[in-house]
Order: sequence, then structure tokens, then C-alpha cells
Amino acid sequence: MNTFWSIWIIVFTAITIAGCTWLLFANRKVEVSDDTKEGESPKTGHVYDGIEEYDNPLPGWWFKMFVGTVVFGVIYLVLYPGLGNFGGVLGWTQVGQWEEEVAEAEAKYAPLYEQYSETPVEELIANPEAMKMSRRLFNNNCAVCHGSDGRGSYGFPNLADSDWLYGGSAEDIKTTLVNGRQGAMPALGGALGEDGVDNVAEYVFKLSGREHDAKKAEAGGQLFATYCAACHGADGTGNKMLGAPNLTDGIWLYGGSPTLVRHTIRNGRNGNMPAQADKLKAEKIHLLTAYVYSLSKNQ
Amino acid sequence: MSSNVASTGGQPEYNIRVVKQFAIMTVVWGIVGMLVGVFIAAELIWPGLNFNQPWLHFGRLRPLHTNAVIFAFGGSALFAAAYHVVQRTCQARLFGGWLIGFTFWGWQAVIVAAAITLPLGLTTSKEYAELEWPIDILITLVWVSFAVVFFGTIMKRRTKHIYVANWFFGAFIITIAVLHLGNSAAIPVTAFKSYSAYAGTIDAMVQWWYGHNAVGFFLTAGFLGMMYYFVPKQAGRPIYSYRLSIVHFWALIAVYIWAGPHHLHYSALPDWVQSLGMVMSLILLAPSWGGMINGMMTLSGAWHKLRYDPTLRFLVVSLSFYGMSTFEGPMMSIKTVNALSHNTDWTIGHVHSGALGWVAMISIGMLYHLIPVLYQRAQMYSVKLINLHFWMSTIGTVLYIASMWVNGIAQGLMWRAFNTDGTLTYSFVESIEASYPGYYVRLLGGVIFFAGMLVMAYNVWRTIRGDVQRQEVTAAEPRTV
Repeated sequence: MNTFWSIWIIVFTAITIAGCTWLLFANRKVEVSDDTKEGESPKTGHVYDGIEEYDNPLPGWWFKMFVGTVVFGVIYLVLYPGLGNFGGVLGWTQVGQWEEEVAEAEAKYAPLYEQYSETPVEELIANPEAMKMSRRLFNNNCAVCHGSDGRGSYGFPNLADSDWLYGGSAEDIKTTLVNGRQGAMPALGGALGEDGVDNVAEYVFKLSGREHDAKKAEAGGQLFATYCAACHGADGTGNKMLGAPNLTDGIWLYGGSPTLVRHTIRNGRNGNMPAQADKLKAEKIHLLTAYVYSLSKNQ
Repeated sequence: MSSNVASTGGQPEYNIRVVKQFAIMTVVWGIVGMLVGVFIAAELIWPGLNFNQPWLHFGRLRPLHTNAVIFAFGGSALFAAAYHVVQRTCQARLFGGWLIGFTFWGWQAVIVAAAITLPLGLTTSKEYAELEWPIDILITLVWVSFAVVFFGTIMKRRTKHIYVANWFFGAFIITIAVLHLGNSAAIPVTAFKSYSAYAGTIDAMVQWWYGHNAVGFFLTAGFLGMMYYFVPKQAGRPIYSYRLSIVHFWALIAVYIWAGPHHLHYSALPDWVQSLGMVMSLILLAPSWGGMINGMMTLSGAWHKLRYDPTLRFLVVSLSFYGMSTFEGPMMSIKTVNALSHNTDWTIGHVHSGALGWVAMISIGMLYHLIPVLYQRAQMYSVKLINLHFWMSTIGTVLYIASMWVNGIAQGLMWRAFNTDGTLTYSFVESIEASYPGYYVRLLGGVIFFAGMLVMAYNVWRTIRGDVQRQEVTAAEPRTV
């Protein structure tokens, strides 16, 4: 903010506060002494549609309250930012306050997490105290998508089973947490046409041992080899390097109904697991890894 | 009794027609707006009530509720009050000819357009200013006509001075025009789609400059104008203090306009704007309370009337809720309090102690005074029903705001609760789960308040239909029941 605008703000603030104060004092009138009866209050002499007006003085407590808020306001504007570029005597900023609170929390809580950073995940899952902390971390950071029980939801993988899109070793889980994952299934509706989508869907049902139209599935199988096998594998068991799901296990991330499977083939899907390294320190990710690892062990 | 009426001639023939029209529509839109409110309160308990129809979704009906209650119900009440009061206190028939009728039909057209476009999802997404640009233009035309009619009548007044109620109506009309034009500035891309003229934080600041002053000038200044006429009229007592009205009027309109930034504490808004907004919000407490004192103290010498006049009870209790909300508001604008209250149900409770307790109850009190005057009846069809309505409104409001206080404070505390390891104790959804009892109580309060509106509609209908004796009601006669 340049000097002109800063002065502009200061001047208008001063005019408003000083103006209110002047208004208040200019209309200050000595209060009627206690022995004056209420009925004797002076009137202004105005009559509007039968309504008259007394000219009673300002109530004393109200006058003091008004002055009090003005005094508080002026003191506040001296101490805190408010008057344009003048930052206030205390040098307070909201960013400063936030950084202070974060640093304080960091000093207090960091050692709690650091004590586990050297312990391998496989051992941590046997430590009740570590698992309690890791469960809380999961509830704060992961449960909103994966559910408080880790069983996932439509579009969000179940973490409490033994089916892993990107691998279920401690190392794989940690990689997923640190860097996030982008699971992109391309839309094939244009390439396959509506009949093609239908046929491939029937073939996918066949792969997972479901009821299917044999003739359509046969046609779909050929299309599958051309369009799908590169990621999902010739046998449809998926590819953990790419995060391509296993299509033979009866687990459907985006729903297994014929309509939804066709929708997936036609329009594609985009799964997005956000990278946690940007928001959580390595020690916390280590604990979270242990928690997610434990989920599939406890099933 | 001294008088400053310049002419000694009789009273002019007032334009009663437009006042009647707006008064009746106040009843109608009150029922509609509150019914939508009750429905969306139920949706928060049973989300399935939207039946998977986008136009029944909470996100679309919520702005319909706020627009219907503020601008349709509150707006019609303010038009009725301003037109009635300006004529009576200026001793002059309304100025403006066909413009008067245009303000009525134009305003109703705005409301109907809102009731159609909002459920269809056509919105600017600016709170309390959701209507798209063609409707904004119609609002502008109606509002300018309103200003011409109102100030034209002031110009041709037969009284020497301008009554305090008209200062408030005048400030309300001028400021709402400025706010509407400033905040609704947008670049249209199609007939039903526009983009705000402002971007990012500046857009947010302009929005809340508008949003808070919609509260300040529409819901406070406008209704204070209503208060300054109907309270002394119903109580049959002089206004308590002329000088208090001078001080609190000028201080109120000078300070209110600064208070918007308290909606954006701890945001991307620069620190200095937040602090100024907070300081001015605190200074606003005394000017706001000036109106409450002037209304309450006007009753001194007439307190006994509260025993048998439920209309007066409506007016007095509305002033109590006004005093409470205008104390609560400055408190919530303090940064440390706001850090707890922001985004919780406390805000919803605060808004409704103003909307139900103040705005609705004073409008209802006005209607019970006004309907017999307009239709030349000795009194309302049933005073017992007014009394019943009074208790329903009071109990409904108290249930509503108490449940939202409990919910809001519970939510605020749950969101900031930490475990010993620095993690959050509760997930967000746990705070929703904890809010359910409050949601039920809120719905109950809303249903009771809404049912009271139906009682009023029945009473108004019976009064207008007229099983009550006809009687000439002179303007100067204090009304008693």
C-alpha cells in the first residue's frame, strides 16, 4: 500500500472516531436530578401524527459505555495493525501468530514422533502406544476418504483387505503416502464404440467369473487384448507398477454393476491419492505407514 | 399539545392502497420464507428429503429461504412501514403517481423471479446477493423508484421537521442503493450468467461490505424506522429522547459501514482491514443500543399496558432480542471469540436472534397495529390469538437460538480439541453427530414460529373480512385494546 492510501485510511478512521466522539459530547446534557419527576421531562415541541418527543439527556451508563468502546478502539489501533501501513506497537501479524503457534506445537510434539522413526514398521505394529498415535493420525488425515475403519468407499480403496493396487509391503505403502498416486484409466468409449464397450464389459465379467454373455465376451476378449491388456495384463490380474487393478478378484473400486463397469470403460477414471510429504513430516508418515500396514494384518 | 403542522387544513387523503398491498404480502411471504426455512432445517436432519431433486437441494433452497425472509418478508414489511409512516408523519400523500404501484409490482416480480431462478441453480454465489444480473437491474429500477416516492413525499411534507423514523428509512434507502450497485457490479456472459467485477480477496471484501450492511441498513436501520413509529404509537407515549436519537442515528450510520471485515477474520484479508473492522464493530455497540433504549424507555409510564396488550409485547420483546443480538454481534467480531464461533452454528443462532427475535417480531407487532388501521377496524379479530402468536414466536425463537448456541460452542470446542500427541481429538463428522440434538430442537422452534405465522394469517384474514365493527380511526388517537 502506498503512502497516499495509507494516509487516506488513517484520516478517514480518525474522522469517523473523532466525529462520533464529538457528536456524543456535543449532545451531552446534564442529567436530570433525581427529584425531577418523569412526567416533567422537557419535550421538543414536535408532533408527528400524534407522536411527541421528550428531550431526555443521554443515559449516563450508555454514555460511558460509548466512551469506553472508543477508548478501547483507539488503544487497540495503537497496539495492533489497523491504521494503514502503521503496523502497531506490538508488531503483531496473523502470520506471525500462526508461525509462533506452529513452532510451539513442533517443540512440544516432535520428540513424541521422533522416538519411533528408527523402528521398522513391522515392529511398530506390535507397539500399542505407537499404534494409538498412528490411528489418530489416520483419523485426522486419511479417514475423510478412506473411512474411519479404513474400509474405503466408492472411488477410495479399502485399506483393510489384502488387495493392493500399488503393493502392500511397508515400503510400497510408504511410497504411496509420500508421493501420492495418480490412477488414470483412459476413456475408451471413442475407440471401442458402444458395442465394443458392451463386449469388453462382458469379457471383464467373464474374467472375474461372473455371469456373462459368452458371445459378447468372446468379441470383447479380442478388444481387451488390444486396448486393456497393456495395463491390466493379458490375464487381467492387473499391474502393481501402474496401479492397474486386478479385474479377476471381484473387488470393484468404482462399483461392479454392469452399468458402472461400462461407465468406467466408456469414460475412464481418475484416482488421486494426494502426496502427504507436503503436509506431514517423515516421522508421522512413518507412523501412518505402520497403521495402514497393520490394517491388512488385522483383518 | 403544540404542533408543527404548517397548515391548519384537515389530513390529506393518504395512499392506503399500496400500504395494504405490502402489508398483506408481508404475511404471505413470511409464511413462504419460513416454510422453506423449516424444510431446510429438516433436510439437515434427514438429507434424503431432497428426494435427489437438484431444485430441492439444501444448497439451492437455503438462498431461497434467506432471500424470501429478508427481501420478500422483511422488504414488504419495510415498504409498508415506510409508505405508511412517511405519509402520516409528513402529513402528505405519497409522491410519485404510477411509480408507487411500480414499486409494489416490481418488487413482487423480483421475488417471484428469485423463487424461480434460485431453485434452478441460477446464482451469482454471493451471499444475500445471489440473484443474477437481469434481476439485479430490476431491483435497481424498483429501488430508485422507491427513493423518488419516499424523498418526494418528504419534500412535500406539511410538517416543519422530519421525524426520526424517516431519517432511518432515508438512510436505509440510500445506503442499500449504494451497496446493491457496488456489490452486484458484474460482467454478464449470458442472460443468466455473470462474473463479479472483482476478484479474489477484494471480491470477498466487497461481498461482506455489502453483506454486513444488508444487516446494518436493511435489517437494522430500516426496522429502527419502523420501531420509531409503531412503538410510541402503540404505547401512546412520547419518544424517550430526541437527542439520543440524534446521537445514535448518526453514529450508527457512520460506523456500521466499516464493520464488514469481521466476517473475514484470519483470512487472506490484510491484518489492518480485519482490525479496523473489529474496532468499528465494537464501537457500534453503543449506537445500536441507543435505539433499544429509546424504544424501551418510551414505555416508561406505560408498562402496565404490557399486561393486556400482546401487540405491545411483540414490540417490546423484539427490542429485547435486538439488544441481545447487537451485543452478541460486537462480541463475535472480537478475533479471539470469532476464532471459536466462526463457521459454527453459533453464527446461525446469532442471525436468527436478529431475524426471528427482532425483524420478524417487530414486523408482526407492526401488522397487528396496522391491519385494523388500514381496514378501519376497531381492533384485530382476536386479541387472544395475538397473545397465542406472541408466545409461539417467543418460545420458537428461544428454542432456535438456544439450540444453536449449544451446537455452535460444542462445534467450536470440538474442532480445536487436541490429544496429548498434538492430533485432533475429533473428526469433523463427529462434530456433526454431536449437533443432531440441536438440529431437532432448532426444527421444533422453527415449526412453532412458523405455525404462529399461520395463526396470524387467520387472524388477519378474519379482521379484513370484518366480523368486527367498523369505526373511523383517526391518526392521532393512541391505540388501545
